[in-house]
Amino acid sequence: MLEIKCPYCGRRSQNEFSYGGDATVKRPKLNKDISDGEWDEFIYYRKNPRGIHLELWHHTSGCRQWFKVKRDTSTHEIVKTFMIEEESQ
Amino acid sequence: MKKYSVFSLIKNAFNKHQDWDVAWRDPEPKKEYDAIIIGGGGHGLATAYYLAKEYEIKNIAILEKGWIGGGNIGRNTTILRSNYMHDANNLFYDHGMQMWKDLSQELNYNVMYSPRGILNLAHSDAQLNAYSRRGNSMRLNGIEASLLGREEVRKIIPFADFTDNARFPIFGGLMQSIGGTARHDAVAWGYARAADDLGVDIIQHCEVTGFDIVNGSVQGVQTSRGFIKTNKIGLCVAGSTSILAEKLNMSLPIESHVLQACVSEPVKPLLDGVVTFGAGHFYCSQSDKGEMVMGGDLDGYNSYAQRGNLPTIQHVLTEGVALFPNLSRLKMLRSWGGIMDMSMDGSPIIDKTHIEGVYLNCGWCYGGFKATPVSGLTFAHTIATGEPHKLNAPFKLDRFHTGHLIDEKGLGTKTWIS
Ligand SMILES: Cc1cc2nc3c(=O)[nH]c(=O)nc-3n(C[C@H](O)[C@H](O)[C@H](O)COP(=O)(O)OP(=O)(O)OC[C@H]3O[C@@H](n4cnc5c(N)ncnc54)[C@H](O)[C@@H]3O)c2cc1C
Ligand SMILES: [Zn+2]
Repeated sequence: MLEIKCPYCGRRSQNEFSYGGDATVKRPKLNKDISDGEWDEFIYYRKNPRGIHLELWHHTSGCRQWFKVKRDTSTHEIVKTFMIEEESQ
Repeated sequence: MKKYSVFSLIKNAFNKHQDWDVAWRDPEPKKEYDAIIIGGGGHGLATAYYLAKEYEIKNIAILEKGWIGGGNIGRNTTILRSNYMHDANNLFYDHGMQMWKDLSQELNYNVMYSPRGILNLAHSDAQLNAYSRRGNSMRLNGIEASLLGREEVRKIIPFADFTDNARFPIFGGLMQSIGGTARHDAVAWGYARAADDLGVDIIQHCEVTGFDIVNGSVQGVQTSRGFIKTNKIGLCVAGSTSILAEKLNMSLPIESHVLQACVSEPVKPLLDGVVTFGAGHFYCSQSDKGEMVMGGDLDGYNSYAQRGNLPTIQHVLTEGVALFPNLSRLKMLRSWGGIMDMSMDGSPIIDKTHIEGVYLNCGWCYGGFKATPVSGLTFAHTIATGEPHKLNAPFKLDRFHTGHLIDEKGLGTKTWIS
């Protein structure tokens, strides 16, 4: 079972959270020409790394905040969690 | 290859089964091949087999980083079906269903194909309507399907919860009677033995680590056992696809996720066919050994770990017990996980790539076992002729650009929800 540290509530069981996918995906900037390729990248294409993955989680059964988790996809180890606006280095 | 038959079985019984031939050789990699298939799972083995058999390419190697049968081909819950809604999926998977019928004879290996029927349960009028639409779509494509009412379902699974207390009452279901199961390991071993017999080199413990690309066309692969020259490569690495694609400077509409399954202690014959619960994600069949084979949702976050977490198993089994209360007293024997190549529309990709000589087979999500024969056949066609077979023509990589998605469930790109 994953134990995820919500930046607001602290360590809680995985059961309280829902997953939101790759946090590095960037929506194309508004008010500029956007190519089809940029839309493709944003909507469909993923880095899908084996190793460190920065991802979104939602504390659905808790404070209901979205936040970022740095997790290793090959070991399930959670390295660190961040508030959504925090630099995630 | 010495043919397996009842006579060879009797003959070998006399010397206590000490003299059987090895099922496939363990060759050293040659310097060069006409085609290299990466990944010795079901799809890789089947592709090499049909390349050698139907397309006359003889000098072929399969490179497998682990051992034959160690990937998803040996981890799935063995369900065969073609109960889809979209034409592309219907026609593709149903061609596969026809191939299963005589696969044991084709390979001279008993794959224990068992068309025992697959029943998708509906728990509301709306769901039954949706199933009737799906069934009609199947029948329009010439695939047998029948819509069953509550009482007809009760005859098949009388031990399901038909009481007034059922949390999700059973309204009926969609039955595909030629759906069923086959023995997954036997499929891997059968294709391996038959491919080896046609001269394919099956090279285990040989990991592909890089590619040699010159002027946009492939010249060979770097492996843990040295460089091997070739001009044609077929990628059949399922959950590891993105890792190799990155080495080809390709990004793909794929995410890797872990899917778990579990089996109970063996019990006397209880469940004849395959049953899926419609109010959540739980499905069940009974193996020939008597174990209840059960599965359901993905764990729900990107993973390459080939093992999952308990909450998902607990969640899936809670649904199982809601459907079949008598499961609650069974002990679970074991659970395991495999890495799924989840595509962004839930359908596979079988195509060429922007690199000359590099072909791609991926995106099987949790349903690639049933496609093993037809995927092998159509991918072999694509590799040998450079053009897709008519059955895999819709499964193009550029559909994510042109918008011709084949999204059965209409779930969109949140691959982990499916
Ligand atoms: C729990 C579970 C239940 C499932 N249930 C069903 C079901 O009921 N019905 C169904 O149709 N499908 C089911 N599936 C899905 C099905 O198993 C897969 O879609 C299918 O097996 C994938 O194709 P494959 O057999 O070729 O994959 P695999 O057997 O995974 O083959 C890929 C191979 O590539 C090798 N490889 C990876 N990287 C490299 C490299 N760099 N160099 C060399 N080799 C490499 C791997 O070691 C592996 O052996 C299930 C899967 C799981 C995990
Ligand atoms: Zn919280």
